[in-house]
Amino acid sequence: MADGERAAAMVRAEGVRKRFRRTEVLKGIDLEVRSGEVLCLIGPSGSGKSTLLRCVNHLERIDDGRIYVDGELIGYRERGDALHELHEREVCRQRSAIGMVFQRFNLFPHMTALENVIEAPIRVRHDAKADATERATALLARVGLTHKAHAYPSELSGGQQQRVAIARALAMRPKLMLFDEPTSALDPELVGEVLAVMRALADDGMTMIVVTHEMAFAREAGHRIAFMDDGVIVESGAPREMLSHPEHARTRAFLSRLLTHPIT
Amino acid sequence: MSSREVTTRVVPLPRPGLWIGSAIVVVLAALIAVSVFRNPNIQHGVIAQYQFAPAILRGLELTVVLALLAAGIGLVLGVMLAVMRISASPILRVAGAAYTWLIRGTPLLVQILIWGNLALLFEYIGPFRTNDVLTPFVASVIALGLNEGAYMAEIVRAGILAVDRGQVDAALALGMSRRLALRRIILPQALRVIVPPAGNQFISLLKATSLVSVIAGGDLLTAAQNIASSNLHTIELMLVATFWYLVLTTITSVAQHFAERRLARGHLGLHGGR
Repeated sequence: MADGERAAAMVRAEGVRKRFRRTEVLKGIDLEVRSGEVLCLIGPSGSGKSTLLRCVNHLERIDDGRIYVDGELIGYRERGDALHELHEREVCRQRSAIGMVFQRFNLFPHMTALENVIEAPIRVRHDAKADATERATALLARVGLTHKAHAYPSELSGGQQQRVAIARALAMRPKLMLFDEPTSALDPELVGEVLAVMRALADDGMTMIVVTHEMAFAREAGHRIAFMDDGVIVESGAPREMLSHPEHARTRAFLSRLLTHPIT
Repeated sequence: MSSREVTTRVVPLPRPGLWIGSAIVVVLAALIAVSVFRNPNIQHGVIAQYQFAPAILRGLELTVVLALLAAGIGLVLGVMLAVMRISASPILRVAGAAYTWLIRGTPLLVQILIWGNLALLFEYIGPFRTNDVLTPFVASVIALGLNEGAYMAEIVRAGILAVDRGQVDAALALGMSRRLALRRIILPQALRVIVPPAGNQFISLLKATSLVSVIAGGDLLTAAQNIASSNLHTIELMLVATFWYLVLTTITSVAQHFAERRLARGHLGLHGGR
């Protein structure tokens, strides 16, 4: 691998394996996401999409392989022929540059929307409160929630909560955003507002990995789609081609199931 | 649709049981009140004389200090034990469980007697004479604090386990350390579950301080007993003590109520949010 090529890649996964007890969930994943690229990960539930995403910011340890983000090996230090897990301090530093948005939002329920957004900048980046608040206000405006800054999560709709969660992740100025089925827990009529925010983010050039069942989003905002099944990436390619002319039978089967029983 | 001119009267179902039950309770309460307040064997003058006596107030103060110190030790110890019990290390988990098993499995009175008589076991603690270091007060604080810790551990652990797993994920993904996530995200949410049983626990503790009278702990009950043993007005002095215990537990209940209301922030529930 030439150095120039690695530098252009925001995320590089090489032979990533992960097992939970006896079950191998990731069976050697090779993946590359270029800077500014939006990669949509699709596939049946249990195929390992979410686990792969959680390995990228080391929420899960991996059993083999390597993951680089912006050229830096995630979670481990290579010494001799072994990978040594990094000290928590180092892992935290790496994670703070990678934003993550969850299926169930996971906003902190005891804090207002604004407090959710300024928490990590103040406690982790040690920003001044005034600066963090100013930036958080701008981010909440960007996701269209200026008027909800002082509302608690329980007073927000699912779509609003997810938009706050996106603002919260962006507050750490991440170079990469991970989305784990960000619209799967939403009522159908609320999906659009979240996708609109994500689309705007993609247009701004954010590097994104999006685990999703939203084929319309994948087609319009995604630069590339990767199809995962049973712990491997079966194929990947440009959205239109992948969705209309999938190469592999497994991809075809998945897509036809999705068309007959669309997951909203 | 406008309201109709003729309204039918709404007659609720009669519930005579409620009335009969209420009547019985009122009569019983009246009988008890009369038997206490009109009892010729209770000298109300003695109660009035000792209610605010300096010795009683000193005992009251000591009871409050004792309870607060023990609660402080119990809280710190309880959080430590709770974290041990959910840690990744089996040794820490077993040690935490064993502590709880030992303390909860033995009477507090026995623990107080052991701490109060520790000099019989160890004459010296390091370079110091045990009886100089372990005064009845210190022994009382230690015995009550260590006991409180075991109970608080269970309460704190239940509180931590009640917090959604996704909260840890979200905190870690933002770059927080485990410690920071525990302090800023997990414990504040756990507190909502912890406060109601912890309030109960503190009320139990306030009353349990009376047990230290067996090692002359100098608490409220000790003070009342000392006076009673010289003037033989036992019931009167117990009523004096009873009054103060009720004052303390009432204050605690009120404080607990406000703490619960404040912690309900962000939660639309029984308390209606803010």
